[in-house]
Amino acid sequence: MNIEQILTQFQSTGLETCFHGRHINPQIYADLNGSNWRLKDYEARGGYAALRKILGKDGNEGLTQDQVIATVKESGLRGRGGAGFPSGLKWSFMPRQFPGQKYLVCNSDEGEPGTCKDRDIMMYNPHTVIEGMAIAAYAMGITVGYNYIHGEIFQVYERFQEALEEARAAGYLGDGIMGSSFNFQLHASHGFGAYICGEETALLESLEGKKGQPRFKPPFPASFGLYGKPTTINNTETFAAVPWIIRNGGQAYLECGKPNNGGTKIFSVSGDVERPGNYEVPMGTPFAKLLELAGGVRAGRQLKAVIPGGSSSPVIPGELMMNLTMDYDSIAKEGGSMLGSGAVIVMDDTRCMVKSLQRLSYFYAHESCGQCTPCREGTGWLSRVVDRIESGQGRASDLELLDSVAGNIMGRTICALGDAAAMPVRGMLKHYRHEFEHHIEHKTCVVGAYA
Amino acid sequence: MTSAMQLSEATRARFAKEVAKFPAEQKQSAVMPILSILQQEQGWVSPEGELAVAEYLGMPVMAVHEVTTFYNMYNQKPVGKFKLNVCTNLPCQLRGGLQALQHLEGKLGVHAGETTADGVFTLQPSECQGACADAPVMLVNDRHMCSFMSNEKLDQLIDSLRAAKA
Repeated sequence: MNIEQILTQFQSTGLETCFHGRHINPQIYADLNGSNWRLKDYEARGGYAALRKILGKDGNEGLTQDQVIATVKESGLRGRGGAGFPSGLKWSFMPRQFPGQKYLVCNSDEGEPGTCKDRDIMMYNPHTVIEGMAIAAYAMGITVGYNYIHGEIFQVYERFQEALEEARAAGYLGDGIMGSSFNFQLHASHGFGAYICGEETALLESLEGKKGQPRFKPPFPASFGLYGKPTTINNTETFAAVPWIIRNGGQAYLECGKPNNGGTKIFSVSGDVERPGNYEVPMGTPFAKLLELAGGVRAGRQLKAVIPGGSSSPVIPGELMMNLTMDYDSIAKEGGSMLGSGAVIVMDDTRCMVKSLQRLSYFYAHESCGQCTPCREGTGWLSRVVDRIESGQGRASDLELLDSVAGNIMGRTICALGDAAAMPVRGMLKHYRHEFEHHIEHKTCVVGAYA
Repeated sequence: MTSAMQLSEATRARFAKEVAKFPAEQKQSAVMPILSILQQEQGWVSPEGELAVAEYLGMPVMAVHEVTTFYNMYNQKPVGKFKLNVCTNLPCQLRGGLQALQHLEGKLGVHAGETTADGVFTLQPSECQGACADAPVMLVNDRHMCSFMSNEKLDQLIDSLRAAKA
């Protein structure tokens, strides 16, 4: 066997994470099996019909730009990357009459710990992202787009490039798409290991070939984006949801979920469950149901805590989590956390919260871009103080110190990484203060050895 | 004085494909994929390589160096034939990511961050690779992700790579 063949043996097949048949009314992951990612398969599933529809190439008269944006607004689609901003509203911010070049960017820099949904979308259904981007480009009068893909998933980058070739050859991308006057060129690029590039303005800097250091906002990308031109950036899953919305209507999408929380959402469930993986379910599905889909907590263990929306979202105790539904409003208003990217990190009763926070705080210190002092210095302080508490060197004043450092980072930095580092600390201290106190007092953990 | 590495025609052709994606006056945008190609071919990004990329893209060599040093995956010094990056972030840690790293330390007889004496393997911890449900996960030479890496699979992988190398 050559080296390529050896390594391929260990490549994931999507069987465990995507083709488990345990989604509920899926739209993006519907009918996928790992081998039907190509253009002809996508067309057989109704693919590119939405693009055909808006361009008036299906026998009807087509949709205007305003009608496309109105449909997306009506759907209640909110950004799937983490912030949950209404997508139709974001699209309406683009200065459509701007005479110069405008850009569309897809944020596939999926590096929020716990998240692996966009990888499976691009690997197993790449054309839905391409079609979604083409529809968005049409709606905003954009002719050039880029998909910036996480550097660690190179096989996905290659797969997406292959899908782009197919779409170009079939006339779904390029000049005069399907005989219309609409032109759209789409390309793929990639990162190379920097969490911060998931932040949209850092991503733009990176796409321009620079260090990924976030830009001060305003100006927002809609007025000053890639190369200083008006730019709209959406997450992969957001674009992937668009073709279904155009085919079935905004109202139908909204009805899949809850008011103000339209559609399905893909949750990446990781940690202490029997079947970690991606689960696409209607927005508003009870967490208890999602946990059941993921096979429940590991056999013989009890649910202790859940980080509901990626590592940046504050932890929620298991008993509270069991009463919540998986949508923006329930997780925020009742759980005091964030739905974020939909990365659900489950922890069982053998887990030490100090040890868990230690790893996360190290991560943020490692990935701080260094631009803003409160974040560059503060994340290091958080990491070192949690470290010493975990290793039995904690001092009585350390909890107050952690709270003070977190407070001095929050709201004082250019981008959200500082807040993302501080919020988990505050969440842990709010719900599991006794574990930190126990570590400081007894130099040891309340739970047994970290399994 | 560092002088620029000579780039082969084949390498230039690969570079050109990346440059073609961007507006003519924005060639610098291709620096990340180009450095990644250079690393794939040379094993690391040397000062001579940075200079060649800077000349090719018409950008200051310091701007290339800023990119090399900012992003985690560029090798700023030579590594073994196989660079193994094991994710140890929290979601992976909950599913044996750290144990996978420790298992490899034992099997290869090196600490994380080191290269085996025969120059075949470099072992490194890494941050989130975006494959949390596949944990433990490991990236080999930046481009091949290996999923569900139990100790048995790790042994199988290392033994196979050693055999293929020999």
